[in-house]
Amino acid sequence: METAHVVGIEVDPDGAAGGVVTREHGSLRAAAVIIATGTYLGGKVYVGDQSWCSGPQGQRAAVELGRGLALLGLRLTRFKTGTSPRVRRDSVDVSKTEEQRGEVLPFGFSFETRGTRPDQELCWLTYTTARTHEIIRANLGRAPLFTGAITGRGPRYCPSVETKVVQFPARERHQVFLEPETKDGDIMYLGGLSTSLPADVQEEMVHSVPGLEEAEIVRPGYAIEYDCLVPTELTPSLETKKVPGLFTAGQINGTSGYEEAASQGLIAGINAVLKIRGMEPFVLERSDAYIGVLIDDLVTKGTSEPYRVMTSRAEYRLSLRQDNADLRLTEKGYRLGLVRPERYEMFLTRRRQIEQEMRRLVSMVVPGDAATARTLATIGTTPLQSETTLGDLLARPEVTYESLAPIDRERPRLPVDVVQVVEIELKYAGYIRKQRDQIERARRLEARIIPPCVDYWSIAGLSREARERLSDIRPRSIGQAARVSGVSPADIMALLAYIEARRYHDKTGERDAGQAAGC
Amino acid sequence: MGASARKGSILHMEGRGFAGNDTIAAISTPLGEGGIGIVRISGPEAFQIGSRLFRDPSGRRRRALKAWRLRYGVVVDPETGEEIDEALASAMPAPHSFTREDVVEFSCHGGIGPLTRVLDAVLRCGARLAEPGEFTRRAFLSGRIDLAQAEAVIEIVRAKTDSARRLALANLRGGLSATVGAIRDDVVGLLAEIEAAVDFPEDDVAAPDRAEIVRRARDMETRLRDVAVRARRGQVYRDGVTVAIVGRPNVGKSSLLNALVGRAMAIVTDVPGTTRDAVEDWTSMEGVPVRLVDTAGLRETEDPVERLGVERAEERLDEADLAIVVIDGSAPLSNEDVAVLGRASRGAGGGVVALNKSDLPQVMTERDVAPHARGMPVVPVSAREGTGIDALEKTIAALALGRVAGVSEGGVMASTRQREALERAARALGDVACGVDEGTPCDLAAIDVREALFWLDQITGRSASDDVLDRIFSEFCIGK
Repeated sequence: METAHVVGIEVDPDGAAGGVVTREHGSLRAAAVIIATGTYLGGKVYVGDQSWCSGPQGQRAAVELGRGLALLGLRLTRFKTGTSPRVRRDSVDVSKTEEQRGEVLPFGFSFETRGTRPDQELCWLTYTTARTHEIIRANLGRAPLFTGAITGRGPRYCPSVETKVVQFPARERHQVFLEPETKDGDIMYLGGLSTSLPADVQEEMVHSVPGLEEAEIVRPGYAIEYDCLVPTELTPSLETKKVPGLFTAGQINGTSGYEEAASQGLIAGINAVLKIRGMEPFVLERSDAYIGVLIDDLVTKGTSEPYRVMTSRAEYRLSLRQDNADLRLTEKGYRLGLVRPERYEMFLTRRRQIEQEMRRLVSMVVPGDAATARTLATIGTTPLQSETTLGDLLARPEVTYESLAPIDRERPRLPVDVVQVVEIELKYAGYIRKQRDQIERARRLEARIIPPCVDYWSIAGLSREARERLSDIRPRSIGQAARVSGVSPADIMALLAYIEARRYHDKTGERDAGQAAGC
Repeated sequence: MGASARKGSILHMEGRGFAGNDTIAAISTPLGEGGIGIVRISGPEAFQIGSRLFRDPSGRRRRALKAWRLRYGVVVDPETGEEIDEALASAMPAPHSFTREDVVEFSCHGGIGPLTRVLDAVLRCGARLAEPGEFTRRAFLSGRIDLAQAEAVIEIVRAKTDSARRLALANLRGGLSATVGAIRDDVVGLLAEIEAAVDFPEDDVAAPDRAEIVRRARDMETRLRDVAVRARRGQVYRDGVTVAIVGRPNVGKSSLLNALVGRAMAIVTDVPGTTRDAVEDWTSMEGVPVRLVDTAGLRETEDPVERLGVERAEERLDEADLAIVVIDGSAPLSNEDVAVLGRASRGAGGGVVALNKSDLPQVMTERDVAPHARGMPVVPVSAREGTGIDALEKTIAALALGRVAGVSEGGVMASTRQREALERAARALGDVACGVDEGTPCDLAAIDVREALFWLDQITGRSASDDVLDRIFSEFCIGK
């Protein structure tokens, strides 16, 4: 392990990445390279009318690397993000704010964590005031976002406070969350007050917020502009198309946010290793995980602003739930060698419990006795008309797993996370089945793989725009091709016809189709 | 790379060719029918081939063909220069042609001889014989027409009556696509509204008004069901209906058939039970193609030959879409009449009662028959004099087209595939309304909205599906 400042990518004579060049240690050879530059690539910080080349928190920006990437023929664009001022914790008067308790849910981030976490930290909520908005309006002439100094595109969904004030002039106040940055540290993060106004204005602005009158700013908020790749330069395995063996992850791919970055790091890492081992890339579909949605959106459609995963971006969100995350992904992780055997055993147990309990509920007929009638009346649901199973009852909107306990005497003791999956799967079984059909339908198009070396200019029936867009994106499947903007259904039909034609010719032994496409 | 694609050999799909890079030709009018037949050539070499074969009336080749002009001249053999046929030639340069390629059409004398000789000459000049549906496929692939329009071409080709042809033409101009497209826009709007609340449930985005979602989903469902009914009508216009003429012996079934068809088809005698087997013919009522089937008289009989005819008649009645029950108005209503009325009214499509022989002194009126007609309309006619036939035809057409209260008039042409998609889209929207009405979270209802969207897109071909192309173009015949 070396820590060094990377200034360039080494490319071997065959065009593939062969290592990196560092300022401190010169050349470092590698079978595959993953770069995750965060907001450091060509980073430039703005605070009011001042700006300087820098990474976040005063660290050095990566200036040479950006130029190196451009020289490799990779297209770069410039995005912007911002952060809010940090204040000293003991300078805040939380008595003037509303307490925000964390949700007490018996779930952890992973199923290995069971039970509630007792050590949750408090946060507080306060609001900007008319005075805050006045200060901001009076100083817009010194806000780099409005003077034209910053040209990079920022994320729409977490705008700076000055942007909010300008865009929603009718709003009298905006939320400000006070969040301790670390458990025991003395620094507080002001969520909602992201800004790049000059430091003296920030001082005034922060002090106009109830509870922050005396707040001591430790670090002013700032905007940072940085370089990132046009993400359509990437394959779904997060490898650059122009430089095989070069993988990228995180902000460099045009995203914003921790989870977005972390998930790409995982995928890029997996695929770099698979590449070195000469194995097929690992790609999650849109119906597998939000990671699949994220990466497919990026590499198929590109993005014109820092990309964040939004629930609505996933068309199969009923299937992409937290409670079934392991059911969707642990098996895949295990096959890749990323899941420990003990953890896999735990997963198998959980899956078995879920399946058994679901089978039990859909086969268990509810006795039509007086006790049942009483329970149903308590729940407030209609009496039984005909033979009914516990599963049927659970499908009723007003019935919960918990409320059925009195008439479900053989119920086994199960972990709450198992009960949750079972309840959701049975309650929404109809919709889950419909979505499964939709996924299946879409998967048929995802399964139609387009030969990687296909020459779109030689395929009859494609529009000029489709040829250009498809040659650029180089989708791996018909399904992905259909999502490329500028590609019409007629183009997809022509592509399908072409692929069929190749299959036909391969089958009949005529090789000219394959040769024509350059394979 | 791509060199062999230009040869046109590469893009074969299970044996059916399709390529935009070679020149194709075919006879594009039905063989053996009509005084004029058309040989169509489409592709990059269409003009070159056309001008090699076409001469102006004085035998000159130069400028015999002219873009956008219909030219009179002769088609000659490319090797011998011998005249094959006289023809009108039109040349349509890309992209303003049906296929968006260069197109030349020779309108020659109909008949297999000259047409195949002209086509043969075209093929000898380097064109390839077009596969079934290949012209339309090219029009579709070039973006000239959408899928619904491509299917309209099939309908036009198959249309039996003018009404059917008019409907198909309306589709070719985008009728079905436009109707479905308007509903699709509303479905997309509904989806967008439901999903707007998904990302920021705690934010200021107003939660969707559930009652409003139910109302809109129901409205869209109704509009789709309306299209579906009109599509069923379109199918009636295209495929027609089978109408069985039934009744006890000697009430004038065969005479009525002749009156409806307008010529003597069935042998008409006074001897009861003359019609032993079904006699049938096509006619058109109000634009609806109708296959009329005359049947043997229905009655209890000991005669084994007649018994056979009766059984056959009953079969015909069961197979028919509609029945005309013929009753003799100059005789009292018999038990046999009542039995036939009961039998016919139980049939799939119901029927109409023709109270025949209105030219003779009437023993019975419509009012006498109505109680036994079980809801079937009663129309007095005289098959012999031809009176009341118009009214009878109108009634049958109305029954065939299923005029339903609240559903707009007119038909729309849709293929079986499209009608199925209409039905499934309507059902999905019904599910949206029911679900939201019963308290399902709107986000779940979005699954049904997406389902509706999928099926609507299947109608116009907006969303890709891997088998749709084959299913459509395999229905074509060569030359279209």
